[in-house]
Amino acid sequence: MGRGGSVRFWIFGSMLLIGVWGQEPKSERHDEHGGGSNVSGISIVSLEWEYVEPPYLVALWILVCFLCKLVIEANHHVTEFIPESALLICSGFILGGMIWGADKVQTFRLTPYDFFHYFLPPIILDTGYSMPNKLFFTNLGGILIHAIIGTCWNAASLGLSLWGCQIGGAMGDLNVGLLQYLLFGSLIAAVDPVAVLAVFEQVHVNEVLFIMVFGESLLNDGVTVVLFNVFNAFVTLGGPRINAAEIIKGIISFFVVAFGGSLVGFVFGLLFALLSRCTKNIQIIEPGFLFILGYLAYLTAEMLSLSAILSIVFFGVCCQKYINANMDENSVRTMKCAVKVFANGAETMIFVFLGISAIDKSIWVWNTGFVLLTLLFILIYRFMGVFFLTWFMNLTRLVPIDYTDQVIMSYGGLRGAVAYGLAVMLDEAKIEEKKLMVSTTLIVVYFTVILQGVTMKPLVKWLKVKRAASAEKTLIEKVQNRAFEHILVAIEDISGQKGNNYLRNKWFKFEENWMSRILLRPSVRERQDKVFNVFHQLNLKDAMSYVVEGERRGSLEFIRNESAFVDFKKKFGEDMTMSMPDIMADMSDDRSAASSTRKESVPSVSLEVHEQAMRGTRAAEGLDSHHLLQQHLYKGRKQHRHRYSRSHFDINKDENEIQEIFQRTMKSRLESFKSGKMGVAPPKTITKHTRKEQQQKVRTAQTLTQQSVHPLEKDKIPRCLFFPNPTLHGKTLFQDFRCFTRFFRQVYNIQAVKKNLTFHFFWFQLQNKKSKSRLSGDEDFEFSEGDSASGYDTSFPVRGGYRPGAGIENPAFMPDVDLPLQIPPWLEDVDSVAPSQRAQVRLPWTPSNLRRLSPLRISTRSSDSFNLAEAPGDHQDDQLPPPPTPPPHRDGDVV
Amino acid sequence: METALIKYLCRFIKNKNTKTDNLILFRYSFTEWPDVKESSIEATFLQKSSRHRLMLSSLTQSAVLCVSVSSSHLLRLYERFESLDRENRGHLRKEDFQAVRELSMNPVGDRIIGSFFSPGQETVDFPSFVQVLAHFRHTENDRIRDGAQKEPANSTARRLKFVFQLYDQDRDGKISRAELLQVLREMLGMQVTEEQLQSIAERAIQEANQEANQDKDDAISFDEFRKSMEKVNIDHKMSIRFLE
Repeated sequence: MGRGGSVRFWIFGSMLLIGVWGQEPKSERHDEHGGGSNVSGISIVSLEWEYVEPPYLVALWILVCFLCKLVIEANHHVTEFIPESALLICSGFILGGMIWGADKVQTFRLTPYDFFHYFLPPIILDTGYSMPNKLFFTNLGGILIHAIIGTCWNAASLGLSLWGCQIGGAMGDLNVGLLQYLLFGSLIAAVDPVAVLAVFEQVHVNEVLFIMVFGESLLNDGVTVVLFNVFNAFVTLGGPRINAAEIIKGIISFFVVAFGGSLVGFVFGLLFALLSRCTKNIQIIEPGFLFILGYLAYLTAEMLSLSAILSIVFFGVCCQKYINANMDENSVRTMKCAVKVFANGAETMIFVFLGISAIDKSIWVWNTGFVLLTLLFILIYRFMGVFFLTWFMNLTRLVPIDYTDQVIMSYGGLRGAVAYGLAVMLDEAKIEEKKLMVSTTLIVVYFTVILQGVTMKPLVKWLKVKRAASAEKTLIEKVQNRAFEHILVAIEDISGQKGNNYLRNKWFKFEENWMSRILLRPSVRERQDKVFNVFHQLNLKDAMSYVVEGERRGSLEFIRNESAFVDFKKKFGEDMTMSMPDIMADMSDDRSAASSTRKESVPSVSLEVHEQAMRGTRAAEGLDSHHLLQQHLYKGRKQHRHRYSRSHFDINKDENEIQEIFQRTMKSRLESFKSGKMGVAPPKTITKHTRKEQQQKVRTAQTLTQQSVHPLEKDKIPRCLFFPNPTLHGKTLFQDFRCFTRFFRQVYNIQAVKKNLTFHFFWFQLQNKKSKSRLSGDEDFEFSEGDSASGYDTSFPVRGGYRPGAGIENPAFMPDVDLPLQIPPWLEDVDSVAPSQRAQVRLPWTPSNLRRLSPLRISTRSSDSFNLAEAPGDHQDDQLPPPPTPPPHRDGDVV
Repeated sequence: METALIKYLCRFIKNKNTKTDNLILFRYSFTEWPDVKESSIEATFLQKSSRHRLMLSSLTQSAVLCVSVSSSHLLRLYERFESLDRENRGHLRKEDFQAVRELSMNPVGDRIIGSFFSPGQETVDFPSFVQVLAHFRHTENDRIRDGAQKEPANSTARRLKFVFQLYDQDRDGKISRAELLQVLREMLGMQVTEEQLQSIAERAIQEANQEANQDKDDAISFDEFRKSMEKVNIDHKMSIRFLE
């Protein structure tokens, strides 16, 4: 409370500041502050308030709104009961009160121009860009029904009922005609996406319900703006002059506006996708295109008097897949981040200003009958509309939407800033009761956002609506719940749930053949190629295993041996300094830093491990187990992004899991396949043994890596070993090895191999090289794989099937290969090579796996997509035949 | 749709060696499709051969298969079955399942595949394929439930049993510690050390035993499993919308 209080005080102070300054007559202030400049010729410091006033106020307001949010989010048990949006409105009340107290007039309010031009676009762009596309399109039918028919129904029924009530004399003497009632109905009919999201984000309802409410709110914004424009035109036209032709024109314009807007967005989205194909060289400003093009799409639609909201929604929806694939990972991250910043900021401002706008005597006109009847009708007709439409939809839906869900859908009909913005846009010259409409709209907004928002959560609980996630009590439950997800996904895959859906299948085909071809970069498309993916994964796996194994074998000495390190550095420096001096400097710095941390780390880590083992026996460890499970259980595929959230990133964090699972399964398949092909049943014991061994190895490797293997970032190593996600790697780590990656790419001309793969691989190569250089002495530091390639394949059968060829021959992944496999010549007779001494001494299987990086790359190339064949091939030839096996131990040669 | 069904039935009869399983299935589809006039089907079959006619009548007396999958689903599943069965053998083998690419990403994929095969069998034909999938059919809106039928495959108990058998690979009625460990290993992978896995397994077994107040053996029996899963809404978690 103390902290919150102080911040509030600060805000209060800043508000007073604004208020006081705003109040002062300008001339007076000028004299007061700038008086000195009139007298003397040159002033050293002068206050140029008027010069900076508009942007300064804007920036200050943004700051104030953000601080409001900060205060509100400071304590969680308040936001648990009251949605953030309601609290923001309330803080708007307070701020507005302060301004009113200082100025006696409301200086700041939300103007429709600002709202529609600055606040709304980023929010809608965010929703479009992070839309869970699959969920959205599978439920599109229902969403459209609700968005179009439901909104029309709401508008018409409300307008007519109010008109009827007026004729019945329920609200006294009002000068409002039927058309104006309909206009009012249309502006207040739409459910507001901003308000809905803000509430539903905190109430975790099931995904279908969520997308229904959310999608409806998003699309009906477009609908309601169109309706509003049509009715506005009618009102301007005046009752007597409306005939059938005008009405038909109105209906036509409705469709033109809605679909035209979507089309504009679609076109801009495709343009953007095309553009993103060639922004490789301007990666820094790449993300900016999203905002500029999105905004342009919005403004273009606005200019053509089409639906701007629909335009920007579809812009985001269309381009997201292609740009996310085309652009650099960092750019995508930046976009995802920035779009959230803008959207969340705009949302905060909207709510705060909605609150501020209320504190203004001049806008309030009260008419009890009108206000209460509006509230009542809105609620009733919303329920009626939703129930009827859902009943209609349930006739065709396989999984009907049940009654509790329908109640929540109806109750979730929150009105928001769009309605307010439209209401303010009304022309007072034509509509006499504009003030009443504005104040009624405000009341409706407050009522729905605050009251319905607050009661939403209890209602959801009370009705026992299916929630997105539930607490799990027993361990087996936890495991099983996760298993269910996997099982369902597997069953869906087996029963072909998505593949055989005719329309979608067609769309996928079309997309693959045309859209992707045009809109995706060739390199990206290639990466999407299934066969290549498989090899990529396998290679990744190999590189990772190699890292693990290498950690255990050589790198400890590698690090501890200072002289060796220096030697390595020197060698490396000779080769690389020319091109990358800055990175060399980095390395020298990090080494000293790392060596200090390294010494401390060993005992503490081992202690920790020991402690964990001890704890394992205790019964109190139950909590731990729960936690462990919670964190590490693989997530089901479809779980990745089914929710939309404005304030959280939904980056798919589980890709690594998939990779890992995939590699494991692939491995076991390869084993069984290989043995099956040879006519030998896979000896169960061996498999088990391998697995166990693997586990053990992992364990030791984890311990070892924690014990300071890498000079740069000891803590991050174990994770990045298993999860080669660049974000997990330390920055320094990444920077240091960027050069390796670059070099590696130059040498092998491998474009499509992911950065992190090469980087892992390279790091390892280096370490391996290090340890090797201690063995063989005078090898130079060429980045070759060939020198480690002398016949290690002989050890494969023992390890269980990592023969390069076997990977390709798996029938599961065959159909897409259109070229016969090219097993490189140096691999063909590999079985005949007797295990050399070195092979027996060295890691049994890893080095030769490394070689697969490039040979397999060659073999995966399909006829159309890959034209880099020559470079790797030539290079390989240079390095072969493999060097003679050096004697196993010659430690003395290093220095 | 009617013609589609008839076409499918005809193809079904024509392509397959008519075994009892198929006939049961056939009969099932027939009863599940009230719009299709019995006479129209019979007529079609009469044209084909009198043998089918005979079988049709024998079907009415044969055992009822509790596959609660409607005909349009059957049709779709059959298409899927055919697309999986690339060499047109009329049955599926493990390799056919493994050819589904997404399955290889799935940590329990191999177990699921295994569950399609009854012990000792190398192949699975269409009726058993459907029967396994029927466990996942959505329960609500069941128009076809009449008292005469046996418990359908998608009842809670049978679903539980199905899940239980995913764990219980040796089918001895118990999830042994080793079996549980195996599952955990598949679902947690290398992220967790073996000791941690061990302790989780131990803990899970303890919990299950406590929950059911039962024997303190080193395994989870079906009863214990059921008890510890009581709070989970199996019907919701194990339902799939089979597309029409």
